[in-house]
Order: sequence, then structure tokens, then C-alpha cells
Amino acid sequence: MRRTTFPNKVLPYLLLAPQIAITLVFFFWPAGQALWQSLYREDPWGLSSAFVGLDNFTRVLTDPNYLHSLQVTAAFSAATAVLALAAGLLFAVMVDGLSRGKRIYQTLLIWPYAVAPAVAGMLWLFLFSPAMGTFGILLRRAGVAWDPLLDGTQAFLLVTVAAAWKQVSYNFIFFLAGLQAIPKSLHEAAAIDGASPLRRFWTVAFPLLSPVSFYLLVVNIVYAFFDTFGVIHAVTGGGPAKATETLVYKVFNDGYVGLDLGASSAQSVILMAIVIALTAVQFRYVEKKVHYA
Amino acid sequence: MIERRPVANLVSHFLLVIGVLVMAFPIYYSFVASTRTVAEILTPPLPLWPGAHFVDNYVQAFTGSLHRIGGVNLGTLLFNTTVVALAIAVGKIIISLLSAYAVVFFRFPGRMLFFWMIFITLMLPVEVRIMPTYQVMVDLGLIDTYTGLTLPLMASATATFLFRQFFLTIPDELVEAARIDGAGPLRFFRDVLLPLSKTNIAALFVILFIYGWTQYLWPLLMTNSNDMNTILIALRKMVSFADADTQWHVVMVTTILALLPPVLVVVLMQRWFVKGLVESEK
Repeated sequence: MRRTTFPNKVLPYLLLAPQIAITLVFFFWPAGQALWQSLYREDPWGLSSAFVGLDNFTRVLTDPNYLHSLQVTAAFSAATAVLALAAGLLFAVMVDGLSRGKRIYQTLLIWPYAVAPAVAGMLWLFLFSPAMGTFGILLRRAGVAWDPLLDGTQAFLLVTVAAAWKQVSYNFIFFLAGLQAIPKSLHEAAAIDGASPLRRFWTVAFPLLSPVSFYLLVVNIVYAFFDTFGVIHAVTGGGPAKATETLVYKVFNDGYVGLDLGASSAQSVILMAIVIALTAVQFRYVEKKVHYA
Repeated sequence: MIERRPVANLVSHFLLVIGVLVMAFPIYYSFVASTRTVAEILTPPLPLWPGAHFVDNYVQAFTGSLHRIGGVNLGTLLFNTTVVALAIAVGKIIISLLSAYAVVFFRFPGRMLFFWMIFITLMLPVEVRIMPTYQVMVDLGLIDTYTGLTLPLMASATATFLFRQFFLTIPDELVEAARIDGAGPLRFFRDVLLPLSKTNIAALFVILFIYGWTQYLWPLLMTNSNDMNTILIALRKMVSFADADTQWHVVMVTTILALLPPVLVVVLMQRWFVKGLVESEK
């Protein structure tokens, strides 16, 4: 806490006003609306609405489509996070071990971060389109019945790879920063004790990277849950046959396209609960790090 | 390194080159496609070197109107996206600087309440409140306006935290000295705090510019008319695999232009980018 502050009584409120105004109008008001609407059901013409208690939630949570979407999201998040984390860690370890050329590799590996998820999805779709993508054609010539626009598993694979591809850069930067923060003397001590480079990685570097890894795991899951809407919307539109319909895509589809407000709001509230849980996990870890590091 | 490991080093280089290729190839492939004719793009496999139509395609994309998206040209789309990205980045920085300043350098009733209100926005991303937010925007008449595209995204818990953390490291003596010299709070903000925050502002700007440029769901909800689209939304509308008359060469040009500005910002401002990323997310 600061000892010296300015004595003004009105000024701080004026300074905070823009942020608080935006927060109230565009965050709290709609979030409140979502909570409210999740307890009501509107008739299809939007003329009247009736209080239905938790009925919307029971409806959503017993809807096989929703449960399917939940499974898709879980599988998609896990696959995206694992793929992006593994590739990021591999590249970071390789770059960290080099004596020269670090900077060039760093530059060449970080720029996909700036590619929007929707564009990332399209780039991969162009490559693997069965009609015009070079790799799509090669796969077909090799005898694979490749068509991600018709085959659910293939569509799922394609959006996962595209989503992970974009996130590798982010993980790479954090892993590299984490590796570079490990004191050289630790590596040297282990080397004098006769530990091979691989063993040094597993016994020295990897445990010391665990806070970064855990932080990245949470960030990657949040990314796969929420920020990949663009990939899904641009590449598959949730299809084929809902094989890539994630929870966020479903909220969008049921509410904005299907106009089922009650169900969409109930889904929003469930998603809010998920975000709150993830954020809580993330901050508990940050707090721990502050105390014990 | 500790020991000389020529083989291991070679393996590292080999794996990294493969990694770089995987990371770069999708973009390179679209660039190649953007220099070729529709006929060439549709007769796969596409050769892996640029074709002869670079100038033709890019000129056509800029001057010809794109019929699939209502005759809007690429210049308008790039202009819209630039306005959106800059407004979001600058707006977020200003609003967050002011709130962090208020929270750190003043004592007033409700300080912690406001701080928590800003913090909670972290837990309410647009993705979880799509419909009600859309309704609010319709009620306020903000659909198809730059205000609607940018203002709601300007609240920022992360940027406020970053500045707050930084302000807390500023020694009390500096504030005391300023006060003894007769500087009021606004003067202190302008002449002391802003110059000291330059590095943080630059780093944050890079991150937020990319954030603004790559927005997708929000512009999708906020725009109905074609001439208010950002380039990403327009690109999505231009692509149709079902439709035989998709102008693929223009699609490829648009793809390249949609990703070029933020990629350039990352590559040219790499130092700020890495700093901004590692610090703002912690």
C-alpha cells in the first residue's frame, strides 16, 4: 500500500468513470439479463414470457445435443491444449539449447500468434480442402476417403490442428522465458554429477517449469473453450452433423440463429460458471506463486 | 552450453527447421495461391512457387468490387479493421491508465468495490453472454457503428492490472517530491507517470492491436451492413465451397491482407510483443 496519496475527493471517481460505465452497461447489465432470462421462457414470437424456474437448465442439461456438445468441447480442448503445449515445449527446449541462431528461430516461430483464429482455420482448410487443397488431394490420391466437410472425425481433426497451430507460438514464448529463467549453475551442477542432457531436462528443467506449464494449461483450455469460435464458425459451422459444435458455438447458434432465448441464456449461465471456475483455479495458482516463489 | 554436442545440435536444428516449415507453410501456401488465377487454384495440386498474377490479383482485389459481399472493396474493409484495432488498443490503454491511477494514488470510499468490479469483467467474456449483449447493443442503436464495434471492448481488467502493478513499484519519494514542488495530481500524471509508463504502454499496444484486429465474434454480431464489416467477417462471407463462382484468387489476396498487418506488428515490434505478452498475462 502506498503511504503518499493525493487528497482529492472527486477526481478519482472521474478517473474511474469511463471504465466503470463501460463495465456496467456492457458487462454487468447483459450478464444480469442472462441470469434473468435463464429463468424465463418466451413464446416463439417474443410477445410474452413466463417464469419457469430452473426449467431451462433441466431442459439444457438433459438435451442430448447439449451433452454431445459438452463432450465435443472437452475432447477439443484437451486435444488442442496437449498438441499446442507439446509443440511449444519441444520448440522452446530446442531453441534454448542452441548456442547460435536463437533469435532467428524465435522470430520465425512466433508470428502465427498474430493470425486470427478464423484465418488460421481457413488457411488449414485451403491446404486440406478435398476439392482444391494440395494436401487434401494428396490424401485422396493415397487412397484416404478425405473430406472434412462431410466426415465428422476429419473435421474435428482439422479444427483441432488449426486451433493448436495458432496457439503454439504463445506457449513457445512462455516456455522459452521459463527455461531462460532457470539458473545456468543448476544445469552445470547436474552436468558435473554426470547427468546427461536428457536427464537434466527431466530432473532439473521440467520440474522448474511446472508453474509455467500449469498456467499455460489453464490458458490453453480457456483459449480452446472460448477463443476458437472463429475457427469453428469459419471452417465447419459446427458440422458436419454437429461433430465440431463446441459449447460457445452452440450458444451462438441457439440464440443468435435459432432465437431460443431461454435455452441460450441458461447455456450462457453455465458457461459463466465454467469461466469463473477456470479463473479461480488460475488465480489460486498465481497467489501460490507469489507466496512461495 | 555445457558440453559440445554436435549431433544433438544438428538434431535440434533439423527439428526446428521442420517446426518453422509447419508454422509458416499454411501462410506461404495461401500467398502462392494469391498470385495465381482461379483456374490454377482449382486444378490441384498447386505448384509451390508464386505464379505470374501477383500484380493483377492484388490490383483487382483493391479496385474491383467484391460482389459476394455487396460490392464493398478491400480498401473499406482494411480501413474498418484498422479503425477498430486502433480504437480498441488506444481506448483500452487510456481507460486502464486512468483507472489504475485512481486506484493506486488516491484513497476514497468504494475504492476496493470499483477494483473488484473491474476484476470481475475477466469472468464475463463476450462469448458467455452473446444474446443479452446483442440485445443491449440493439436497444442502444449501436449496431453497424464504430462505437458499437469498439466501445464495449474497451473495458480491460488485464491492462488495468498491469498498470496497477507498475504504479505500485513507483517509490513514494517521487510522489512526495512532486507534491512538495507543487504538482497537482493531473500534472503528476502527465509529467511523471506517463513518461515512466512508456515501455509498458508500447508493449501493451502491440498486444491490444492484435487483439483488436483479430476480433471475430463481436464484429459478426455487431455488423449487418456489408460496408461496416471488418476484413475477417468479409473473408468468411466470400468463401463458399458449395458455390462454383467463388473468386478464389481474391479470397487468397484477402486472406493475406487480413493477416499481414498484425503479423508485421509482431515481427517488427518483437521485443515489445514478447514483453507485453509475458507481463500482461501474469
